Amino acid sequence: MLQIHDLHASVDGKQILNGLSLTINAGEIHAIMGPNGSGKSTLSYVLAGRAGYEVTQGSVTLDGKDLLALDAHQRAAAGLFLGLQYPVEIPGVSNLMFLRTALNAQRRARGEPEASGAEFMRLIKVEAEGFGLSMDMLKRPVNVGFSGGEKKRNEMVQMAVLAPKMALLDETDSGLDIDALRIVADGINRLRAPDRATLLITHYQRLLDYVVPDRIHVLVGGRIVRSGGPELAHELERDGYVDIAA
Amino acid sequence: MTAQSTQILPTRRNEDWRYSDLDALREVWPQDIQTTRTLNVAAGETARLDDHLTGNGWRNEIVEITVATGATLNGTIVQSRDADAVTTQHYAITLGAGARCELHILQTGSRYGRISLAVEMGEASHFALGGVIIAATSQTQEIVTHVNHDQPRATSQQIIRAVADDQSVTSYLGKVAVARGAQKTDSAQSAKALVLTRTATANLKPELEIFADDVKCAHGASVGALDANALFYLQSRGIAPAEAQALLTRSFLAAAFANLDDDDAMQLTDRALAAMQKPRGEKRP
Repeated sequence: MLQIHDLHASVDGKQILNGLSLTINAGEIHAIMGPNGSGKSTLSYVLAGRAGYEVTQGSVTLDGKDLLALDAHQRAAAGLFLGLQYPVEIPGVSNLMFLRTALNAQRRARGEPEASGAEFMRLIKVEAEGFGLSMDMLKRPVNVGFSGGEKKRNEMVQMAVLAPKMALLDETDSGLDIDALRIVADGINRLRAPDRATLLITHYQRLLDYVVPDRIHVLVGGRIVRSGGPELAHELERDGYVDIAA
Repeated sequence: MTAQSTQILPTRRNEDWRYSDLDALREVWPQDIQTTRTLNVAAGETARLDDHLTGNGWRNEIVEITVATGATLNGTIVQSRDADAVTTQHYAITLGAGARCELHILQTGSRYGRISLAVEMGEASHFALGGVIIAATSQTQEIVTHVNHDQPRATSQQIIRAVADDQSVTSYLGKVAVARGAQKTDSAQSAKALVLTRTATANLKPELEIFADDVKCAHGASVGALDANALFYLQSRGIAPAEAQALLTRSFLAAAFANLDDDDAMQLTDRALAAMQKPRGEKRP
């Protein structure tokens, strides 16, 4: 599904990613763990196509398509979703309007018919309920007045409605209390599908107690220094990143 | 504050006209097309003002409004005159004790458009203004307010949002004066401008003059571009840059129309955004 080969990237002239390679197959969930400053968020922004993040070497394909040749909005239409660590507040634009605009922009880009008002409402009602957000909240402006946990759940609602092929979740577990963590984890598990892949980017192994990944990768200094099965999370929790990086 | 042809042409030395398009005004100056209108809302009554300013040429109108004791006036002023027009529209508003006046302005038209308001606050009266300016090409657009708190316990609020594109100039000059006896005055002002290109200009000038000691006067002004974080957020969801920009502009304008019910706010915002899409005429050489 997602193939990253020898990726080098810089921000403001500073090299952050130094030859990162990673393959995620359809149906799999992978996790990337790493200390602060290892390049985790940079990786998510580079993959999503944020301006200012410059790829200096390497390639990324999604379903065989050259991702790096596309703009951010085209990558979303191609099936990439990035759940942000810090979701943005947008006063004056309701969640419903925002999400419907996004869904239909993606469908238009793919040459699919747009969702009618009724179809969209059916879609979002199911997902809002699944992630414990009321429709009243979704009628309010995007993320305005939402708690940290509600913002993250809102990211998950967006993901579920947009139904991406490849989901990148950047520290979706940070700032969540234990109940919200369980709701988000259940959601990730529920959205697991043979034609979908997920990459969890996280500091802690806590989320991985609820979502068991197929593979875990350790990112240090902009490269993957070690990969392993789910048991690697516990080893990291016990020994820290220092020994792994050495 | 008005440009009455019987008076002397304003100059830049007059603070109220500092950022104005005086060249445009000079061109139309000899033609006296000033009109005066009066609107009186009787004690305890409720009335609406719907001023939709259209057409060409110079419109130089004074509207004298009195809202008597306990009366209410709600109104919308939409200035969408032709690309060649010059507009200097003035509202002189006197609020009686306990009177309420809530106005919304959408200013998009004219090569030079100026809407000025002078408000005399009665005891425990309330005045609220939500104003939006959309300017492009070489338009000059301004909203000027003078709110005079001479009486105690009155509340006033002005929320202005301006969007400047191309080589346009947008200005908001907002003066609040609180006299010695106007204790317990509560006044708030928020002005923000979105500058879409390097060549556009925004002037925001809040001005407070306070002679009473037990008052609350808040003001804030900021000029900036669209938030890069928010733009990326929208694009990462599949929304193309132009549509993302329109949504964020909608978001930027929202505070100015927050007092309106949803449908009216939506309608005014849609008009504002539509004005941003349509090409406007250049100034005459």
